[in-house]
Amino acid sequence: MIVYSPERPGIIIGLVAIARRDLLLAWKRPGDILNPLFFFAMVCTLFPLAAGPSSEQLVASGPGVLWVAALLSTLLSLNSMFMSDYEDGSLDQLLVSLQPLPALVLGKTVAHWLTSGLPLVLISPLLAMTYKMSTDIFGILMLTLLLGSICLSLLGSIGAALTVGLHRGTALLSLLILPLAMPVLLLGANTVSLAAGGEPYVTGIWALAGYAVAALSLAPYAAAAALRISNE
Amino acid sequence: MRKFFNQLWKLFIQLRVFFHQLISPLWRFFHKLASPPHFYRLAATLMPWLTVPALLLITYGIYAGLFLAPPDYQQGDAFRIIYVHVPSAYLSLFAYMIMAISGAIGLIWRMKLAHAVGAAAAPLGAAFTFIALATGSIWGRPMWGTWWEWGDARLTSELILLFLYFGYMALRSSIDNTAKADKACAVLALVGVVNVLVVHFSVEWWSSLHQGQTLMKKGGPGMDADMLYPLLATILGFTFLFGALLMRRLRTEVLYRERRTRWVREMILSPEGGK
Repeated sequence: MIVYSPERPGIIIGLVAIARRDLLLAWKRPGDILNPLFFFAMVCTLFPLAAGPSSEQLVASGPGVLWVAALLSTLLSLNSMFMSDYEDGSLDQLLVSLQPLPALVLGKTVAHWLTSGLPLVLISPLLAMTYKMSTDIFGILMLTLLLGSICLSLLGSIGAALTVGLHRGTALLSLLILPLAMPVLLLGANTVSLAAGGEPYVTGIWALAGYAVAALSLAPYAAAAALRISNE
Repeated sequence: MRKFFNQLWKLFIQLRVFFHQLISPLWRFFHKLASPPHFYRLAATLMPWLTVPALLLITYGIYAGLFLAPPDYQQGDAFRIIYVHVPSAYLSLFAYMIMAISGAIGLIWRMKLAHAVGAAAAPLGAAFTFIALATGSIWGRPMWGTWWEWGDARLTSELILLFLYFGYMALRSSIDNTAKADKACAVLALVGVVNVLVVHFSVEWWSSLHQGQTLMKKGGPGMDADMLYPLLATILGFTFLFGALLMRRLRTEVLYRERRTRWVREMILSPEGGK
């Protein structure tokens, strides 16, 4: 029988506590949430400026551009996932904690997703509108971005854990994570394009959901192992 | 009931002891293999046994493939690039598997030599991946009329594989502490190997959406024996070549990693000078 007492708190309590703490920290520094969002919006603005404002082209490239921008802005925020904890020493406290490390890492990942993935999903219709996407597929765009950003946060937690404490963090992190993230991009962007073209798109959503579930069950363990390695 | 479980437990212990006696020579071999000086000498003795078959098989395979095999009824002489392309493509995956498996061995049994295998295999795998991509693109120019075809699933997944290799090597070179770099790279290789499958299937799905014309039929026409045997020879020969190069790189890797140990110093200072 498992007893939930203050001396021996359950796994969920630890997970929630760490997520709550990270959300509080993010609330105190809203720049960390807003900068990737501005970056996302900015990249989406750059494409029509560079490739021309013609309608057909925007409609054709819209899903791809939105997805690439989402991927890049997620990458931007990944580096800071464990960085401040590493610098002020609270990461060591997590490592010696009695709580299972994968659960704590999952808590941090949940907080990261809530502060970087979810806002992206929420403002994506706004940008999709500028790309002349029909309102019927906003739901699908948001659903794929929702599933995709969960995958990216989880994959990113592995990369961030591997590179925590390294000086050349950001560029290296992109090099590690982008190949891993390519299937997500491919499934997400093409599902949206298919839906925009009125073709059957359900396969892509199921595949993305499958990827998200697999990542949810495996990535925290890999990230925890990586954290232990880079902090020994 | 309890007695029954006790009996069962005893039986289990006996079985374990028996099993242990059965495989303990294997373990001894494994441990001996893990000892760097032993492996250093073993690799030297293995070298000729890998190099000579590699040279023979590749020479036969290339000669028979280029001169003896009949031209293809559709592709003419252009198909002959498969005698380099197919072995490289297969080795690009094989080297990744070796990297991942040795990473797992290194993480589970803390065998330092296994990590050295991963470190030595990565540049070789990247080289074979690059050769596979380059020969594929050279073949694609006359056959598909383009150097690069995004619609082809294998081309795209091979490119992603090349990036995975680059990431692995970049991570290794950016961590100064060798033991730390070893473990971090092993984790990355294991994550990557799960991902290679996902990449394969997702790219297949994607290219089935975009590809207008199927350029190479699935399964393909049955191959003539005159074409097939040289191909099998080069595949085997390239594998031997990979083994020989891996041993060569491993010897340097082991020597570098053990540079501060006594056996290396003694060996270098001995009259034979490290042969």
